[in-house]
Amino acid sequence: MIYLNAFLFAGTVCLIGQIILDNTKLTPGHITSLFVVIGSFLDVFNIYDKLVLWAGGGALVPITSFGHLLIHGALDTVNNQGVMGLFMGMFNLTASGIVAAIVFSFLFALIFKPKD
Amino acid sequence: MDKNKYSLLVKKYTPKEDRLFNGLIAFIVGGLIGIIGQFLISFYSSYLSIPSKEASIFMIITLIFIGCLLTGLGIFDKLVSYTRCGLIIPITGFAHSMSSAALEYKKEGLVTGIGANIFKLAGTVIMFGVVSAYFFGILRLIFFGG
Repeated sequence: MIYLNAFLFAGTVCLIGQIILDNTKLTPGHITSLFVVIGSFLDVFNIYDKLVLWAGGGALVPITSFGHLLIHGALDTVNNQGVMGLFMGMFNLTASGIVAAIVFSFLFALIFKPKD
Repeated sequence: MDKNKYSLLVKKYTPKEDRLFNGLIAFIVGGLIGIIGQFLISFYSSYLSIPSKEASIFMIITLIFIGCLLTGLGIFDKLVSYTRCGLIIPITGFAHSMSSAALEYKKEGLVTGIGANIFKLAGTVIMFGVVSAYFFGILRLIFFGG
C-alpha cells in the first residue's frame, strides 16, 4: 500500500511541476526553488511529517523534502541546544545529500568528458 | 503536391507540445522514482538491518549517485528531454544540476572551473531552502514552540 502512496505522491508533485513548467515562463531552476520553499512551509504546520508517514520514500524523493529536512534539522537542534540551533543545525539532516552530490559530481567531472 | 496536402504533412511531422502527454509522463516517471525510493528504503533497512531513518539517507545517496553517473555518461540530458519534470523535481535533478555544472566548466580548470561553478545551478535551491527554513523555523518557534 505504501508503494501506491509513494507513486501517487511523487507523481503528483512532478505533475504539478510539469504543469507550471508548461504554462508559465518559469525555468526548472525557478520551479525547484519554489518547491523547496513550499516543502519548508508545509513543515510549519507539521503537514510534511504526516506526508512522510503516509507516502514513505515517495515523500522523501521530491525536492520538497529538502526544505522539510532543512527546517527539521534546525528545529531539532533548537529543542536540544537553544535558539542558536537555527544556525547550527540547519544542515544536520541534508548534509549527507549535499556532500554526496559534491563528491560524486567532482569525481565524475574528473572521469568523464562533457558531451554537448 | 498541392499546398493543402503539404501543410497537412508538415502539421503531421512537426513535434507537438502536448501538455497532457507531458504531464502524464512526468506523473508516471516521478511516481516510479518514488516507488524506487520506497523500495530502496525497505531493501536497505531489511538487508543491512538499520533503522529506516538511516536507510532513507542511504536511499538519497544512492539516487544522487545514479543521477551524477547518468549525467557524466551523457544519458541524463536525453532522458530529461523525454521525461521532463519527472526527473527534475526528484533529488536526481539536484544531483544533475551540480554534476552538469561541474562537467561544463571542467575545461576552465579545477579551481576556477569546477570549484567556482559547481553550485551555479544548485546554489539557488540551497539558498532559498536555507532562507525559507530560517524564517519558517522562527515562525514555527513563535506559534508552535518548536
